[in-house]
Amino acid sequence: MSAFLAIVRRDLALAFRAGGGALQSMTFFALAALIFALAIGPEPALLQGFAAPVLWAVALFAAVVSLDRLFQADFEDGSLDTMIETAEFLELQVLAKALAHWLTAGLPVIAATPAIALLFNLPPEGYAPLLASLLVGTPALSLFGAIGAAVGLGLRRASIPMAILSAPLYAPTLIFGVNAAQAGASGSPEYAPSLLLLGAISLFSALLGPIAGAAAIRLNMS
Amino acid sequence: MNPFELANPDRFERFARPIALPVSVLAAALIGVGLYFALFNSPPDYQQGETVRIMYVHVPAAWMALMCYTALAVSSAVGFIWKHPLADVAARSTAPIGAVFTAVALVTGSLWGKPMWGAWWAWDARLTSVLILFFLYLGYMTVWAAIEDKARAARLAAIVAIVGFVNVPIIKFSVDWWNSLHQPASVLRADGATIDSAMLTPLLLMGAGYMTLFAALLIASMRNEIAARRLSRLDAAAERPISTVRVE
Repeated sequence: MSAFLAIVRRDLALAFRAGGGALQSMTFFALAALIFALAIGPEPALLQGFAAPVLWAVALFAAVVSLDRLFQADFEDGSLDTMIETAEFLELQVLAKALAHWLTAGLPVIAATPAIALLFNLPPEGYAPLLASLLVGTPALSLFGAIGAAVGLGLRRASIPMAILSAPLYAPTLIFGVNAAQAGASGSPEYAPSLLLLGAISLFSALLGPIAGAAAIRLNMS
Repeated sequence: MNPFELANPDRFERFARPIALPVSVLAAALIGVGLYFALFNSPPDYQQGETVRIMYVHVPAAWMALMCYTALAVSSAVGFIWKHPLADVAARSTAPIGAVFTAVALVTGSLWGKPMWGAWWAWDARLTSVLILFFLYLGYMTVWAAIEDKARAARLAAIVAIVGFVNVPIIKFSVDWWNSLHQPASVLRADGATIDSAMLTPLLLMGAGYMTLFAALLIASMRNEIAARRLSRLDAAAERPISTVRVE
């Protein structure tokens, strides 16, 4: 457990001191949302309808573009080797790194969401469901992404293959996330079940991601 | 015969070589007869008219798209767990065939959709999940294409295939849910009617034909892959730098 926390703390320190990790993800998120807004046009009613779908899609992109941060640097400087050799359960280390990824790529996006949603003219009753759905669903993006990132370690120019590998796995998360956000805003009874299903997907990814990710890392390092 | 005996490439070759041609001929015959029934010897649908004939090409392709992915995942799992190189070869050879069946299902579905629904594409739950399945195939093949070391590529690709397979039901379920919000199912329930035996005959013939075609293509592709690996091993054994070969 202490190793788990140490990895999380270390990755957070690295992200905040060196790469400006959280700020980068936030900026990317805001810019991508801005691009969507420019493409959709200034019509308030139209923007309002697009708010939840666009913010969810952009949160997904923010997770995908930061996937190479997950293992790549540790792979290059050799610290991943040390982790494999010293780890009792590599799966737990992968879980720790995915958690750190979520804290630096998922959580900042959620923090920026209210401000961006304001620009999309989201009605007041839409905020709580949108934030809840992102909070419950974005961990799955980091955890499924860990599989793609771990497989991608062995590939040259891995960023596109990583996106191709992860995207189909992201489909359910995106669907239930947007569905929960929209159902909650309109007061539909589908809100609770889709939020619960989203949580189920996140829990499932917390099981599958570390196991498959650790298997892929072991392969790529051997 | 014990299927594990085939895990030896030599035994596989001895088993596959004599049956390769008969299986191909059988596939051609089944598809030929199936197409004859489908195009000339079956009634047009009372609602869909002649366009129903697209179904005989389309539905078996969709069956094969799912079956091939299952085969891909199973051989990947066998290759991953027992380290059978032949299972890796089988998985690798299955992927492009399955991807093509998936593409055929998508394209013929689109051709059928234009006259029937008035649109080339509808985000129907089934269409969407087959499209995602197609991307799963592409992701699997990307791994093989991006890694030179075959043994490592096989194991990484196996992880990708198994993870994808575990997710197929979740994707299917989520897409069903997603679609129920956005589209009334009534429009897309055109194929819901129970099928007449005059239509079932060509459908089953085509299904059997596609299955045999898959077997024929798989055998050819696996033999090809095994031969290619032998060749590269021979090259490596000869230890000639490529440059000297070019100069000769």
